[in-house]
Amino acid sequence: MSSSAITIPGVQIEEKPWVDSLHEWVTTVDHKRLGVLYILYALLFLVVAGVEALIIRIQLMFPHNHFVSPQVFNRLFTMHGTTMVFFMGMPILFGFANYLVPLMIGARDMAFPRLNAFSFWLSALGGFLLYFSLVGANGLYGAGNAPDVGWWAYAPLTARAFSAGHSTDYWTLALLVSGFGSIGTAINIIATILCMRCPGMNLSRMPLLAWLNLVMSGMVLISISPLTAAQIMLLIDRYLGGHFFDTQAGGSAMLWMHFFWIFGHPEVYILIIPCFAFMSEIIPVFSRKPIFGYPVMVAATICIGFVSMSVWAHHMFSVGMNSYANSFFTITTMAVGVPTGIKIFNWLGTMWGGRIQFKVPMLFSIGFLFQFLIAGLTGVMLGSAAFASQLTLSYFVVAHFHYTLVGGVVFGVFAAIYYWYPKITGRMLNETLGKWHFWLFLIGFHLTFDLMHIPGLLGMPRRIYTYEPGRGWDTLNLLISVGAFIQAIAILMFVANLIISYFKGARAGNDPWDAWTLEWSISSPPPAYNFATVPTVASRRPLWDLKHPEDPDSRYE
Amino acid sequence: MRAVTTSFPNTAADWQLPSRGKVAMAGLIIAESAIFTIFVVAYLFYLGKSLTGPSPREVLETPIFYTICLLSSSLTIHFAGKFLERDKRGTFLGLWLTTIFLGGLFLYGTGQEWHRLIYEHGLTISTNLFGTTYYSLVGLHAFHVTAGLVMMCIVAAFGLAGRVGADQSRRVDVLSMYWHFVDAVWIVVFTVVYILGR
Amino acid sequence: MQRKQNSIKLSALFILALLFLYMATAAAAALADPSTGITNIFAPASTPAKMVTHLSVFVLAITGIIFVVVFTLLVYSIIKFRGRAVDAGREPAQVYGSTQIELAWTIIPILIVIVLFLATARAIHAVQDAPEPAGAVEVTAIGHQYWWEFRYPKLGVVTANELHIPVSDPANPTPTFLTLLSADTDHSFWIPELAGKTDLIPNHPNEMWMDPLRTGIFLGQCAQYCGVQHAKMLLRVSVDSPADFAAWVRGQQQPAVQDASVATGRRVFESNACMNCHAVGATAANGRFGPDLTHLMSRVTIASGAATNTPENLRLWIQNPDAIKPGALMPAMKLTDSDLDAVVSYMETLR
Repeated sequence: MSSSAITIPGVQIEEKPWVDSLHEWVTTVDHKRLGVLYILYALLFLVVAGVEALIIRIQLMFPHNHFVSPQVFNRLFTMHGTTMVFFMGMPILFGFANYLVPLMIGARDMAFPRLNAFSFWLSALGGFLLYFSLVGANGLYGAGNAPDVGWWAYAPLTARAFSAGHSTDYWTLALLVSGFGSIGTAINIIATILCMRCPGMNLSRMPLLAWLNLVMSGMVLISISPLTAAQIMLLIDRYLGGHFFDTQAGGSAMLWMHFFWIFGHPEVYILIIPCFAFMSEIIPVFSRKPIFGYPVMVAATICIGFVSMSVWAHHMFSVGMNSYANSFFTITTMAVGVPTGIKIFNWLGTMWGGRIQFKVPMLFSIGFLFQFLIAGLTGVMLGSAAFASQLTLSYFVVAHFHYTLVGGVVFGVFAAIYYWYPKITGRMLNETLGKWHFWLFLIGFHLTFDLMHIPGLLGMPRRIYTYEPGRGWDTLNLLISVGAFIQAIAILMFVANLIISYFKGARAGNDPWDAWTLEWSISSPPPAYNFATVPTVASRRPLWDLKHPEDPDSRYE
Repeated sequence: MRAVTTSFPNTAADWQLPSRGKVAMAGLIIAESAIFTIFVVAYLFYLGKSLTGPSPREVLETPIFYTICLLSSSLTIHFAGKFLERDKRGTFLGLWLTTIFLGGLFLYGTGQEWHRLIYEHGLTISTNLFGTTYYSLVGLHAFHVTAGLVMMCIVAAFGLAGRVGADQSRRVDVLSMYWHFVDAVWIVVFTVVYILGR
Repeated sequence: MQRKQNSIKLSALFILALLFLYMATAAAAALADPSTGITNIFAPASTPAKMVTHLSVFVLAITGIIFVVVFTLLVYSIIKFRGRAVDAGREPAQVYGSTQIELAWTIIPILIVIVLFLATARAIHAVQDAPEPAGAVEVTAIGHQYWWEFRYPKLGVVTANELHIPVSDPANPTPTFLTLLSADTDHSFWIPELAGKTDLIPNHPNEMWMDPLRTGIFLGQCAQYCGVQHAKMLLRVSVDSPADFAAWVRGQQQPAVQDASVATGRRVFESNACMNCHAVGATAANGRFGPDLTHLMSRVTIASGAATNTPENLRLWIQNPDAIKPGALMPAMKLTDSDLDAVVSYMETLR
């Protein structure tokens, strides 16, 4: 990272050889560098999984298309889902947490820097393992192949009888390994937040980003482990002759579903809660007001954390649970919508009465708000078990979860990147390119995912490599695919912006957005030690207090 | 390690935060509890559902002696920690090695039981649902015992070299937390497998 | 400044126009294709599907109202509270929260949740706990990779992929109650206009029912990913009038047609591996791995809907199943041309 160099006359300052720089990056334990490594790693997989999605959409443009074989298609949707959740979503959010949490709480690094590095490299190994399957596994259909069992890997499809070769094992091992990395990072985040806050920052003065990452990390600890356990059981079945999911020996296919979704549902909240954190930092700054209802936001998040552990079987409304179970999961699923809705209302309350600046981070945040509203409402529909018996396993649900994951998580991540890129690199991202990125991506997103609800309502199931003509799905699928390409162009503009601005962007200075949390009090990029002197804080917005000594927050909290 | 307390103007003189090591170990314990819970749920769910093969009642013998060994090792490690805080290195080392010995005895007992189950009763992990769930649950616990023993041996090695004193008592405490957790899990596993499951 | 306001208005109009365009395109696209294959969950033709549709309309109405209210507030806020050049340097009033507002937007959603839950619970109970009346037709459906086995235990009928059930008269209902089993992995039975979907899970029998209120052909397909050819595990339900249904049953109950002119074909069938997987009633062939072929010619399609039931398709299917359904579990039989022709002629007699 560049910083102002001091020239001493008469002294030769040698350029550091690139091998040394590489070595520094590979052996770093600095939370900022590890954060950047996580983010770059995730952006790489965003492009890879995005290409997988484009191929899927090309195949589905026309009925009875032959762009890829069914075998390849089934691998594509498995890899797309697995990659996006585990090697794009989780790393990018851990990356931001790594970078920002110590800075926002006035600490010099995470609690366990070496554990931090170890967790990153474990997660990286997981991604590598998953993609190594393309050459290393001997799948059902031929030499060297990626897993094709869907990203939930339902039993008994994953049994040796139905998935010969090693493609399923690569899925299992890749996620097992990266799961350990996730648990390590979660432990680190919790220890950092509880043990390393600067003086004066009691828990009720902590930025919401820290609070929400604390809740998210707690959820990681409790919910990744069920997946780890289930995967160990699957390995025992496949290699030691175990019968956990062996229906011929009295085992239960439902047991895998329960274990997977006990992980899987909290996982999606783990993915969205850090994006809620980004919203809670960005929207106030660009509305020029503090977050509306800070204590309620904390309480709502903790509530979401707990209630989301009790909703998992809404992913199983078609499997034949009895009416009492279906009713139970209906009410818990709808209940978790209440604190989530409260958060949307609080962001609305933050913008209300403000002076909104439509810079690119705010554009993505506003997109997030509209889209998460819609996604939440289709979630309520899916949470109603009887209604869900039609909607589940169809393209309606694919549209819903892409609405939350792309319309929510990806938009949130873009907002975060535009907001904190200046802090990380010292340069501003280009605003014009940013606006192009936003509008193109918005149009492509809505063309694809608004329309995608309709084939679901017309009976199109998910995970099909082709479909019959005359079902009413043809034109819709074509338009959905067009939208995917528009999104791809937007992503290309985004990548171009990231690269060009790194070299040519305007210098950012410490505080380009006139914001209020501690990371904006130091240089961009920050020095390795973060803070020359450990700061003391007296309110939730220490920089507001410094900038407005006549009216500090500490008077009102 | 604990945050260095310095007084700054306008803040409480005593800015005390919890110890990192203990918080991290608590986090690890929470995650491990979740894994064990899932294996326990699988065990309970499959009770009575095996289609063939030996059942728990027919083949299980309650390992009272080895359980007492393991649970006493919690006592010895607790007192080892207490003596280390007062820098009584000799007593610490004696109690620490006793802990390792008791843990090792427990593992020996598990091995003995498994040998009997496999060779006398023909119960393996692939025999039936009971075999699968029993060996994986007890085996997962034994794995955690082994990991704990390995770490304790490393501490013992440093202790024998004279490098473990009162200054290290906080770190040793963190390891003790882990060992107590392993024992607590055994109480649960013991109850589920040998009491409820029969 | 005026130009900036105009450009904002123009952008807003542009966005609205795009929105209308999408809606119009969507509606047109949905209705553009010919109607025989359309399976719209909002056009239910059976009692359980109607129960679900009534609930869904209620849920849509409530979520629709929530959407309109919150959407309007969001749009209003970004227009009304946008920063103007005159405001530069001045911060707005710093408001930290409001307990009354927080209470309001906590309590109202909780009430909405309770209402939605009660409506849903009623529908769940009505659909899942419906008692089986005396006149019900009973079908056992067994899911296979990648075809459907249908057995009518009380009627002694065994068939595959295409289900025939009688239309039900509300005065004297004759619904069809299905028991769902699986021979291998998870599948899901989904005919959108007749019922919500229910999965077929090995070692976990499930029950569902359909109560069709009009005759016709209803399409559907497997909805739970089950392997390579999940996409072509299609379903075809023919809801017949009582007379037609009775005639169909009688036809299915007949033993296999014994036509001496296709003796060669029958010999090829029985001396190759065909009879290991397939059954033809009252002959030596009684394999259970593949569909029962006793009345193959009574079906409109073959390969679980992947191709129409014509001699050419049948010939191609037997010769090389991967040409129609790549990855299907039927092996290419590698018969000589004359054997192939003979077998196809034999199949053609199995009405």
